[in-house]
Amino acid sequence: MMVSAQAQEQEQQWAAWMRAAQAGDARAYEQLLRAVAPFVRNLARRYCREADRREDVVQEVLLTVHRVRHTWDPRRPFSPWLAAIAARRAIDLLRRRSRIERHEQHDELASETFADPAANNDDGEERSLADLAPFLEALPVRQREALEALKLRGQSLQEAARSSGQSVAALKVNMHRAVKSLRRLIGTET
Amino acid sequence: MTRETEQLIGRLGAQLAPVRPLSAPVLRALGALLAVALLAAWPVMHFANLQVFALRNAELHTALECAASLLTGIVATIAAFHLSVPDRSARWALAPLPPLLLWLGAAGAGCLRNGLGHANWDCVLFTAVVGTPLLLLLFVLLRRSHPLAPAAVAWTGGLGAAGLAAFLLQFFHPFDVTVMDLLLHALAVAGVLAIARLLARPLLR
Repeated sequence: MMVSAQAQEQEQQWAAWMRAAQAGDARAYEQLLRAVAPFVRNLARRYCREADRREDVVQEVLLTVHRVRHTWDPRRPFSPWLAAIAARRAIDLLRRRSRIERHEQHDELASETFADPAANNDDGEERSLADLAPFLEALPVRQREALEALKLRGQSLQEAARSSGQSVAALKVNMHRAVKSLRRLIGTET
Repeated sequence: MTRETEQLIGRLGAQLAPVRPLSAPVLRALGALLAVALLAAWPVMHFANLQVFALRNAELHTALECAASLLTGIVATIAAFHLSVPDRSARWALAPLPPLLLWLGAAGAGCLRNGLGHANWDCVLFTAVVGTPLLLLLFVLLRRSHPLAPAAVAWTGGLGAAGLAAFLLQFFHPFDVTVMDLLLHALAVAGVLAIARLLARPLLR
């Protein structure tokens, strides 16, 4: 009874914020988006186990809510509208990921060989690793694990999956993200 | 809440502009059907032989076929508008099936009586030439809601346009349907559905 009263109160609050957002109230809109993010993250848990992916779903849902906010009818409840968007976007994201992973091949040399011959020179490897250490520390744990196992220890995907406890697919995604994060971190630093 | 999500919320808040909520899907569908009726009224009044149309519809199977094609067009159009907004049941995709089956049944029973017949490509041309602009009109109206499931909206919208085009064909098709006609009508409807599927991604996303 208590839970139901709370849910009803939450529904009314969200609907009020959404009505204000449709009228152009940015403050109410931001409050709404902050309030619904945990609800969406919770729904996303049904579709993906990895926290990173759940956060991607949350962001996709927030973008979709923004794009289709005129389709919510203020005479109808808000939560089913939001839940329908969340479910749809989670499924779309899973499908897109599995399409990418089906066509993706792990190539050890792909990210280590560059067009500029000087960049392939191993002379400065140790110094580069030492320089990279603070950036590696700044990476999220699972991304750092993937990068250390695949690139620094030179393990195969299967070996890295066994040692880190991550799936092969998760390792690929985390490796990709780690490289992106490193680029961003190094870019910000220089 | 991650920093990226927090930043995204800030950006979306900064970009917010007021919007007018869309009307109920059924009202938007009725508006679309009214537009189709107004567009079709002039050619029907000027070029169709309404006396022959009335005579043909005195026969049960023709009247049933005519009513079922119109009903398929109406129900499929209403279903497409419902499916175009996020919080409506996905079962709307099945709503046009009963009138569609009735339409196929009535046309099938009529053509069994009239035999094989000859291929009349005018019917295919009419359904394609009338069905495609109707489809475009529906898609232009449906894209306002940025459907999350464009495939389902394309299927129902395409069937709506094909059903309405097939109903309008009855005004200009002054003879009983044969087996060949039925096959060609089915081909024309399939053609409109294929166009709908092709246009779903560029027009409905």
